[in-house]
Amino acid sequence: MTDRVQTGFEETRAARSQWHDVWDQFKTHRGALLGMGFFVFVLVAAFLGPYVWLIDAQYIDIRARNQGPSLAHPLGTDQLGRDTLARLFAGGQVSLAVGITAMALALSLGTLIGVIAGYFKRLDGALMRFTDLFLALPLLPLLLVIIMLFRDTLRTAFGPETGIFILIVFVIGITSWMQTARIVRGDVLALKERDFVIASRSIGTPPHRMISRHILPNVLSPIMVSATLGIANAIITESALSFLGLGFPSDFPTWGRLLFDSTDHLQQYPERVLWPGLAISLTVLSVNYIGDGLRDALDPRIRGR
Amino acid sequence: MKLRTVLLSAVAALALAPVAQAERGSDGHVNIIYWQAPSTMNPYLSGGTKELEAGSLVLEPLARYDQDGNMVPWLAESIPTTENGGVSADLTTITWKLKPGLKWADGSPVTSKDVVFSWKYCTHPEGGCAQSEKYNDVSSVEALDDLTVKVTFGISKPFPYGPFVGAQSPIIQAAQFADCLGAKAPECTEANFNPIGTGPFVVSEFRPNDVISLKANENYRDPAKPAFATATLKGGGDAAAAGRSVLETGEFDYAWNLQLAPDVLANMQAAGKGKVISAFGTLVERIMINLTNPDAALGEERGTKKHPHPFLTDMNVRKALSLAIDRKLLVEIGYGDAGRPSCNVLPAPEIYKSTANDGCLKQDVEAAKKLLDDAGWKAGADGVRAKDGVRLSILYQTSTNAVRQDFQALIKQWWGEIGIETELRNIDASVFFGSDPGSADTFQKFFADVEMYANNFDGTDPESYMSNWSCKQAPSPETQWQGNNMPRYCSEEYDALVAEMAKTGDLKERARLAKAMNDKLMQEYIMIPLVDRGRVSAHSNTLGGVVLNTWDSELWNVADWHRMK
Repeated sequence: MTDRVQTGFEETRAARSQWHDVWDQFKTHRGALLGMGFFVFVLVAAFLGPYVWLIDAQYIDIRARNQGPSLAHPLGTDQLGRDTLARLFAGGQVSLAVGITAMALALSLGTLIGVIAGYFKRLDGALMRFTDLFLALPLLPLLLVIIMLFRDTLRTAFGPETGIFILIVFVIGITSWMQTARIVRGDVLALKERDFVIASRSIGTPPHRMISRHILPNVLSPIMVSATLGIANAIITESALSFLGLGFPSDFPTWGRLLFDSTDHLQQYPERVLWPGLAISLTVLSVNYIGDGLRDALDPRIRGR
Repeated sequence: MKLRTVLLSAVAALALAPVAQAERGSDGHVNIIYWQAPSTMNPYLSGGTKELEAGSLVLEPLARYDQDGNMVPWLAESIPTTENGGVSADLTTITWKLKPGLKWADGSPVTSKDVVFSWKYCTHPEGGCAQSEKYNDVSSVEALDDLTVKVTFGISKPFPYGPFVGAQSPIIQAAQFADCLGAKAPECTEANFNPIGTGPFVVSEFRPNDVISLKANENYRDPAKPAFATATLKGGGDAAAAGRSVLETGEFDYAWNLQLAPDVLANMQAAGKGKVISAFGTLVERIMINLTNPDAALGEERGTKKHPHPFLTDMNVRKALSLAIDRKLLVEIGYGDAGRPSCNVLPAPEIYKSTANDGCLKQDVEAAKKLLDDAGWKAGADGVRAKDGVRLSILYQTSTNAVRQDFQALIKQWWGEIGIETELRNIDASVFFGSDPGSADTFQKFFADVEMYANNFDGTDPESYMSNWSCKQAPSPETQWQGNNMPRYCSEEYDALVAEMAKTGDLKERARLAKAMNDKLMQEYIMIPLVDRGRVSAHSNTLGGVVLNTWDSELWNVADWHRMK
């Protein structure tokens, strides 16, 4: 440490990575910081919570049904006597896992298609019509068909829960990459005409290097933002699928399923809707704030202001 | 002197009170609410329950069903049977005799011509009569004399009580409807809204889809009835509002068909203004067991008789599944007053109800475990029983419905306790019950190991219902997956019972056969009945004489209703 301090000012600047600057900028966005804090908290709670709170989320204790908060059940129990806190943890695991994985899939697909369409003019028309095609697809019938066709095969190959997980992640992934692709393509088109790209092309940089060295780092900001929005979107879509009975088995808790199950008891036990509803909306909100903060932090023109 | 007069008149009033109660029109006004509004008073022009029930205040059949599903003579003197000679030995004719001295509300006599006319009205080739199936196979209806009617069927009819029995086929006045035959039927607004009947009330004002005002029938056959001088039947709203108006605010005396969650109804009843009543029909929530192998690897032949199920063909497993279920708890959670545990797939009418299977009411996990142990199903490392490499792992499907998903979760836990692994699946109701041969998720295709739904039958005669489980009713690719035998059960003995019932006319003998069929299905555990689901209505604490009836109109005995003092 002392070595570092003693080295010259210029050198320190050079050693600072781009990510340091991003983090510095990110820190100034209070909402993003709070959002990040909450998101980490939710992640930790969902994945480590079950190791602390040992009640099985699927265990039915019928004598303890419809209970309010108590020491044994801090958030009460549902209409079959299952512990709400344990179900919230278990539901969070699934919802977050679906959200993050589906986002990753949608993002890589969207970026790939966006960059190729933007960079290679010959493929642009075809790929964008392909994107239009997906945008025009009615989501629900598509889901029904996919689930009907592949449910049984995936179930036998991976078991009911993993099979449905793969299916849902896949379905959400391939139906939500289009916006990312459009945004990325637009940015790539603009970047392609910039002087530094033309300069590097003039010295014979091959396309793959051009994309990885010059294009991708510069479109990172919109990609990051759509990533965060994608997580939120995937969590909500999974909830909607559970609503329609197309998602996981009915006794397998996810946040959407918890919300759906509690709507019938809204009048008598409003808190039961509150917890999963709060979890979904706060997670989505926090992710959106992170996205907002990242957008600011990743844009070099805003950074430092 | 003055005091004596007061006392005397008080005594006189007390002495007169019981008499006054038995006098027509002495109890003032009764308010009835139906949360679906009737659009006509003529049940022949509507298939809706609300119209049937509204019409039953005014129009009456020859015989009705009581609360146990037994027939009681209404306008007829007695129920014709083969024993009293009313039904011919070859089961092709039935002869009804009207009560003597019956009068229409306008004072004219009721004759057998009115009965014949009612048949003509409903079977007119140009008219779309909603109840024409009641007159199926009727080749002629003749008036033998003023009070005798003979119905002749084109075929041998073991159950000849379709025409003129129940709220669906009442007698209408020939004089009033003479010009309303066939295509003109819907145009006779006056007759359809204000039919002249024999019932306890007559319509004084009919506002379609809104309110019906009625007053007591001056010519009703029992001079002491009805106790109410006027009645209002209000339509519209929803079940919750109707329930509230009777149970919480007391504005109405009777509310029909309150399909609400048990705790919601209990909360309303706690207000103390009225009572929730329930009656049970034939609707049974049951688990069907697949006797064929639904494995997707079998392709086109999955779920057909060519491939028996790997473990559900073992009766011990099926019995263990049934033993592990606590039906009382299911009722308590899902239906409250609107349900009761059932051990029969044919729970009613009373004469068809078997008592041979009532042992199922008690949950017995230990016995279930022992049964599986003895049958050689040994628990593996994961707690799931297996034999010869076949694991007891069940896919359990049903339609999407909050109560059903709760049932699934509970039953899964109970089955888990006896070492049977369960995977749950719920399918959108419109797909599940959709009968689309292109969909793999219908309840007929039954590509699962067990499935749960409710079913019942129309009317009181179980013949066609019980024949659902004959061999030829099994859905298969050859039948485009149509059919009602979901378990694909096939037994020669059972089919013989079905065939015998089709040619038996005697009611007691028919009851014996129906019970035998029910017991056979239950004792072989082809299906596991869970809950007998009933109908729920409510009446105010001051309304007396209400007997809820699921076999006929709920207002079937409205003449006996009175104000409690």
